[in-house]
Amino acid sequence: MVKLAEWRGKAVFRKYGVPLPQGAVARTADEAEALVRSGAVPLPCVVKAQVLAGGRGKGGAVRFASTATEARAAAEAILGLEFQGERVKELLLEEKLTLSRELYLSLTLDRSARLPLIIASAHGGVEIESVDDHEIDRQHVDPFPGLTNFEKRRVAKVLGLTGGPAKSLDRLLDALWKLFQGEDAELVEINPLAVVGDGLVALDAKVIIEDDAAFRHPEYADIRDDRTPLEEIAREKDIAFVQLDGDIGVIANGAGLTMATLDVLKEFGGNPGVFLDLGGTDDPRKVTEAFLLMARAKPKAVFLNIFGGVTRCDTVAKGLVEAMRQVPADERFPLIARIRGNNEKEGIEILRAAGVTSIPELKQSAQAVVAAAAGGSS
Amino acid sequence: MSVLLTRETRVVVQGITGHQGTVHSRQMREFGTNVVAGVTPGKGGTTVEDVPVFDSVQLAVDATHANASCIFVPAPFAKDALLEAVDAGIRLVVIVTEHIPFHDMLVMYHYARSHGARIIGPNCPGIASPGVAKLGIIPNVVFRPGRVGVISRSGTLTYEIVNGIKEHGLGQSTCLGLGGDPVVGTSFVDALPLFQDDPDTDLIVLVGEIGGTAEEDAAEYIRTQFTKPVVAYIAGRSAPPGKRMGHAGAIITRGKGTAETKLAALRAAGARVARFPYEIPDLVAEIVRHGGSP
Repeated sequence: MVKLAEWRGKAVFRKYGVPLPQGAVARTADEAEALVRSGAVPLPCVVKAQVLAGGRGKGGAVRFASTATEARAAAEAILGLEFQGERVKELLLEEKLTLSRELYLSLTLDRSARLPLIIASAHGGVEIESVDDHEIDRQHVDPFPGLTNFEKRRVAKVLGLTGGPAKSLDRLLDALWKLFQGEDAELVEINPLAVVGDGLVALDAKVIIEDDAAFRHPEYADIRDDRTPLEEIAREKDIAFVQLDGDIGVIANGAGLTMATLDVLKEFGGNPGVFLDLGGTDDPRKVTEAFLLMARAKPKAVFLNIFGGVTRCDTVAKGLVEAMRQVPADERFPLIARIRGNNEKEGIEILRAAGVTSIPELKQSAQAVVAAAAGGSS
Repeated sequence: MSVLLTRETRVVVQGITGHQGTVHSRQMREFGTNVVAGVTPGKGGTTVEDVPVFDSVQLAVDATHANASCIFVPAPFAKDALLEAVDAGIRLVVIVTEHIPFHDMLVMYHYARSHGARIIGPNCPGIASPGVAKLGIIPNVVFRPGRVGVISRSGTLTYEIVNGIKEHGLGQSTCLGLGGDPVVGTSFVDALPLFQDDPDTDLIVLVGEIGGTAEEDAAEYIRTQFTKPVVAYIAGRSAPPGKRMGHAGAIITRGKGTAETKLAALRAAGARVARFPYEIPDLVAEIVRHGGSP
């Protein structure tokens, strides 16, 4: 998924006509000051760190300023702060509005119901998880016929809106629905949605775009998520790769088998740290690339656990043997293999010729991996 | 009898001229499946390993009376392929394709449903009944005819488990891979009644994963309506907490979605819980020994 920082989310909001405070983005204290002096950001204003992590307010990364000098000082204080490892590189400066109420509104997918879901609460401006269940309204929207007027009226009632703000909500919901579908969003969330005068204004924006729709949204291709450099390389090669704390590497095919392998390794005292899901492939070169990537993560031992379906055992074995030839001596690691399924015999034979034994039982092979990792650490 | 498939199932493969479409059409036929047609727009009139290829599903149905489809077309074109199949009167569609945007799948699911059609998948291994037919990509080698039903959200882990059942000297009635995408055409709750009603299934193995609430929903159905023995396994018990889908996602799954909540719900529903995949065949064998099988 592609999580958009607030300013990017608001740029998308603007495209769909969602009402926003007047504001602009700064990357230095000089820029922040200049935005205020030029009048691009009216005073008083709020200066907000643009990070994906939550808890900005408590962490001192949201500050108020009533002069250009104060805006500069706020920018200096916030730039360079770190939130859960994410450094603040961008600031959003916005006019500070006088609001009468804070509401919560989001649109997301309800997987169980297989329907889009509007979540609304009159209690906005706080973490929605902390709001009582009966204060939260959930309303499904059927893709056929799409968002209807009676559904919008129901949301207005839940939020306690009438008159101008209710009219504003009607337009806002249409905009969010179009955005949700048009941008292939997993989540569109406004918290708080503020009642300002006779209308509504989105004070925050959280937008998450679905990865699988990337083919029709090249505009999001450049946005980096919180991936490590190796994870980034893996993504470019279309290999699912996750790096965590731990010293055992796991190469498996399929998410379920990868997770099951992890469960078994943990049971026998192993500490798996790198997961590489080959997915379905019948190209030995992809397997070779996966192994070379794994070698760079410097695991103490690697467990290859493959059940051959689309990915045939002999394909994996060929790719593995080629990788072993290419891995530099100082990046070598103990390897335990378990390959079952389609073309199992051929695969096992290729591995045997290269000096690798395949252990057929999951339990025994997992124990062997844990032992190999422990041996390497002494 | 079996679940969803019969010996009269006549399969059209959409995307048969692609590499995966060709390979798996061959393997479906080797399994005994009646693959009667393929569809690739622009390639009508050709054949793939003696299977006639048509330009549209409607032409394929008119010529061959196909009544089920298996879709291999790439994700950007999968929505159209499904709508075309349903429009041509197909009422059972397995979608193997992965990475279909869920917004597309929402449209596909509700369109199919309004026409009385069932989707299995997407991003799924499909369905197979040994001795009857197979729609999808589950390797033929893992099967042996028997009386154990398998319903799973996983792909390769399903093969692993089905193979384990075979190596234990037991066999399967029907194996159904639902797919792991956010929106699936057939969920556990949709699938369980089919196995309840299948006289060839004595017990079921339910293979779930962390995330979502499909297993909790299944547990509720099992507790109240399912009368056959259930062996359950949830993968990802020790996986680190995944990236959450924002606060709104947490509101939907409140207090559900973890391995603990799923296992607790399934245990409370009377299911026997396997901690690891290799424990499943033993639990199944134990149920069979104690008369789970008539």
